[in-house]
Amino acid sequence: MTSQSDDFESVVKVKREEAIAEFHDDHKGFVKKLQHALHVTPSLVPLIVLVLSIGVFGALLGEKFFSASSMTLVLQQVQLVGIVAAAQSLIILTAGIDLSVGAIMVMSSVVMGQFTFRYGIPVEVSVACGLIVGTALGAVNGWLVAKMKLPPFIVTLGTWQIILAANFLYSANETIRSQDIRDNAPLLQVFGTTFKIGADEAGQGGATLTVGVIFMLVLVAVLAYVLRQTAFGRHIYAVGDDPEAAKLSGVNVDRVLIAVYALTGLICAFAGWALIGRIGSVSPTSGQEANIQSITAVVIGGISLFGGRGSIMGALFGAMIVGVFTLGLRLAGADAQWTYLFIGALIIAAVAVDQWIRKVSA
Amino acid sequence: MEPILKGRNLVKRYGKVTALDHCDFDLYPGEILAVIGDNGAGKSSLIKAVSGAVIPDEGEIYLDGKQIAFKSPIEARDAGIETVYQTLAMSPALSIADNMFMGRELRKPGFRGKWLRQLDRAAMEKFARDKLTELGLMTIQNINQAVETLSGGQRQGVAVARAAAFGSKVIILDEPTAALGVKESRKVLELIQDVRSRGVPIILISHNMPHVFEVADRIHVHRLGKRLCVIDPKKHSMSDAVGYMTGAKVPEPDPEMA
Repeated sequence: MTSQSDDFESVVKVKREEAIAEFHDDHKGFVKKLQHALHVTPSLVPLIVLVLSIGVFGALLGEKFFSASSMTLVLQQVQLVGIVAAAQSLIILTAGIDLSVGAIMVMSSVVMGQFTFRYGIPVEVSVACGLIVGTALGAVNGWLVAKMKLPPFIVTLGTWQIILAANFLYSANETIRSQDIRDNAPLLQVFGTTFKIGADEAGQGGATLTVGVIFMLVLVAVLAYVLRQTAFGRHIYAVGDDPEAAKLSGVNVDRVLIAVYALTGLICAFAGWALIGRIGSVSPTSGQEANIQSITAVVIGGISLFGGRGSIMGALFGAMIVGVFTLGLRLAGADAQWTYLFIGALIIAAVAVDQWIRKVSA
Repeated sequence: MEPILKGRNLVKRYGKVTALDHCDFDLYPGEILAVIGDNGAGKSSLIKAVSGAVIPDEGEIYLDGKQIAFKSPIEARDAGIETVYQTLAMSPALSIADNMFMGRELRKPGFRGKWLRQLDRAAMEKFARDKLTELGLMTIQNINQAVETLSGGQRQGVAVARAAAFGSKVIILDEPTAALGVKESRKVLELIQDVRSRGVPIILISHNMPHVFEVADRIHVHRLGKRLCVIDPKKHSMSDAVGYMTGAKVPEPDPEMA
């Protein structure tokens, strides 16, 4: 005896022609199409906001704002946040968060400065040491997250305090003066080197770029390539999306996490180098709000805090939106608090949009 | 005939609980072997032991006559054993092609692949499309569609296609129809038979007796951590099978089957 009398599935057995698993593209309404477009290209929202805000400030302020020099000034002002936000994006894509980015940045810059001036180590070696320290600190975060299975928020809340305290203890809260660096170790300030494009004879106007700005742009381009075009990049998304699924489908989740945190540490160390270029001196008290600023840029940039969604271009746009608002409102003579008010509203709007995009069914 | 996958005296204990109690297991080339058993009988532990997700405390496993000891699912996968998990193990935000090649991506030839580590998307998309079409699965509009935009049946289809595409020795399907509607289940059962017809043996774990009796060549009944018996679905009824599973009925020895 084979099957039973209750052959309740015979109905469906006959009708095999029916398309069950078919990928058909229904024509949808505008809102659905927009939702789908945003789902596929999540950095579209911050790009639109960026273009709009430049347009609005340009219309309100005219030449004063809408000029090559002002636009490149925005880039100079956001370079540090942009670099750190690029690093933060990687972490947030794995569904983590890194509160220690600012501390790693400052610590690395202090190591570069102190090694050169306190121990008389050649500046090239000191810079390399700073980069190694940053990478190592990131790797420790990654190890605690991946191997000890501790929540990233708690791990980096702890290491943030530890690194910052170590930074003050080690540097004895000493600032290395800009003048000394310029005379003895100009390599430390290399990120501050400026280029002028299209300036008049007196050196006024035109676009002003620094090595730091170019580094930020190149870094974002390289990371965008890595995330889209390499297996490592795809694995970062997979780990953030569903670590269990990623593991079962053959991704070494722990290795990806440690690599991401270490890479973040390295990028933060570069940010520390750029920090010296930006402020001229090595100061253990600078750049501590970089963690919150970078998370702000990432969130406004449309990268989901729940991981696995978003693009690194978004983080750059997010940082630039903050820069445009800051400069625009200052040029308009508004109270600086208006900037924070707008940024706060943007953060909430960005997360709301993220939630909406997640509901997509293409 | 030699079994392609063979387990002998497998033991797995979790504290005081013995999930596998000197269990034997045989899978022959080209067959669909269903594994049935009540909840807690140890089916999952058995399947995990042969797919590398669990390391048995005792016993031997042979693949193609050679003894193996997988330490992770990745090792089993490299040996040609693909598993479709009940959860499907797919990344919802990534595309169909990305998911099919997760952990075994193809890189472009030459400088761009070797030094720039660039993925060969065109090749991966073509392969994914071919595999899905080959299984008569779908008329695909967009292989770059995110998996989360697919229906349950479509996702299951992609997961089976992934296993079928890479599983050279054995394919394990854990409750492939549990979350599906009647029509979608039908499609997946057709897929399973399609895969078998191409010569790859399949282990099917299912609670759905009509599905098991429809596609299985042999049925491994698991009870209290060991193989109780192996029955031929053509000689036994579903109520027999349920009887053996629950202990309400005692099987007569059938030397042909085991």
